[in-house]
Amino acid sequence: MEAALGLLRRMPPKQSETALSALLSLIPQHSSDLLSQVDLPLQVLRDIESGKDFILCEYNRDADSYRSPWSNKYLPPLEDALYPSSELRKLEVEANDIFAIYRDQYYEGGISSVYMWEDDNEGFVACFLIKKDGSKSGHGRRGCLEEGAWDAIHVIQVGPEEEGMAHYCLTSTIMLSLATDDESSGKFGLSGSIRRQMKMDLAVAEGHLCNMGRMIEELEGKLRNSLDQVYFGKTREMVCTLRPPAEIVQMRLPDT
Amino acid sequence: MAGEEDELPEETELSYDQKKEIAKWFLLNAPAGEINYVAKDLKAVLSDEEVYNEAAMEAFPVYNKSHMICLEMPSRDGDVIVSSYSEIAENEYIDPRTAQVAIVDHVKQICTKVRPANDEELPSLYIEEYRNALDAEIQRYVSESYPKGISAVNCVKGKDTEGPGSDFEFVVIITAMRLSPQNFCSGSWRSVWNIDFQDESQVLDIKGKLQVGAHYFEEGNVELDAKKDFQDSTIFQSADDCAIAIANIIRHHETEYLAALEVAYSKLPDNTFKDLRRKLPVTRTLFPWQNTLQFSLTREVEKELGLGK
Repeated sequence: MEAALGLLRRMPPKQSETALSALLSLIPQHSSDLLSQVDLPLQVLRDIESGKDFILCEYNRDADSYRSPWSNKYLPPLEDALYPSSELRKLEVEANDIFAIYRDQYYEGGISSVYMWEDDNEGFVACFLIKKDGSKSGHGRRGCLEEGAWDAIHVIQVGPEEEGMAHYCLTSTIMLSLATDDESSGKFGLSGSIRRQMKMDLAVAEGHLCNMGRMIEELEGKLRNSLDQVYFGKTREMVCTLRPPAEIVQMRLPDT
Repeated sequence: MAGEEDELPEETELSYDQKKEIAKWFLLNAPAGEINYVAKDLKAVLSDEEVYNEAAMEAFPVYNKSHMICLEMPSRDGDVIVSSYSEIAENEYIDPRTAQVAIVDHVKQICTKVRPANDEELPSLYIEEYRNALDAEIQRYVSESYPKGISAVNCVKGKDTEGPGSDFEFVVIITAMRLSPQNFCSGSWRSVWNIDFQDESQVLDIKGKLQVGAHYFEEGNVELDAKKDFQDSTIFQSADDCAIAIANIIRHHETEYLAALEVAYSKLPDNTFKDLRRKLPVTRTLFPWQNTLQFSLTREVEKELGLGK
């Protein structure tokens, strides 16, 4: 199983779907572990009734149907399906509305969905998802990208309320890929994924949504910066190690 | 590959061939320099030595040639580049500089022995004059610009040409690789330059292909994949003058390309990345989660402006 995860970490991030299905067929006995530990780019379905797209994931799936956060109905229709309680559904509706605005502010486009369900510990779990196509043909405002995909998955476990406080455990995964194609730099592509966790105990005074939202905003920001500076930065460093820029080379010549 | 996705998870065993194809796929897609790590993990997942061995026998040569790996020759006179341009037979690769043929073990990625190249494998004296001059200039360029670069010049067409009056073609290979497992980092630079010496027009038609890759995988997995094609030309002169002209052209394009890559990287945080996700909203403040009244207002405003989705 460790070897399988090792393989996934080395395969090109853009081929992660192929790599995962290859592993699932090689070691089917580990499929539930693999599926829970690996994230794949998100898929989207249109809810015709409400005229909006929603994101598909394990958390809104029952059998082969998916529940739309807008209409709360399964597509394709399903009998005896699982639904959140009416109280939780109210929170879910509010979360979807607010998250859509958050998404618009940061992503200037894209699709978002929030799903909630009760867990066994008298708390609940919420999943906030965002999918953005930032390419020229998608929602990319500045037209820089030939290809641009950002998928964010935030799963947050909320513990039961005790003395006005609750425990929150957030696991965020970001998958992204971008590619530019121009005269001077040719085809330039960066892709990858990272996952981090954040735990906090917060007062419930302002509501769960506020707490969850702030945690997500903070972790998303950290991950974005990390991807940009650390991860992409390391690849840039590597290129300069392979072939240092001309100025540095010239300075070295007198010594050799 | 598509067939396998439907075969989960009941007792449908994969066939020998299907397993082999999957194994080959993993090996071939390993990042530069990481094939042995992939091999180790693959063996554990497969737990079938026979399938792995056969897959490795088929995948390693393809991987080695496409990544143009460099193997140290036991004769201690440098490295031989394993590529389709230097291939004499499936396990034999010529090193034109030392006029030797290296016999390699693809799966172990080592050169087991060398033998002197025979006359049919070497170019004519006329061609060798040009090849050698170019090789020396390229080596000089590479040692100046690449801390750990290796180069070779192979004649891929017209190697038996005795004198002026015919066309011939060289391929210049420059490759550099860095593997840093303790830093979870690896990278590779591959340049392939086709030099077409055209006798009738007395012109050298030059086509280049550069490919740069980097992989960083500490608690994550990020990959750079960059490539560019080049086109240039120069006049057909003496061997030494051609060598200098070609090396200058290559140096010029490669230096420019590196600078362009740097520019692409520097545009990332504020431009390119912004098309995916901004650092902060336009308001330059964090999102006001607690202010639900603001949301209803925002929603009204958005509806009025037709911005809502």
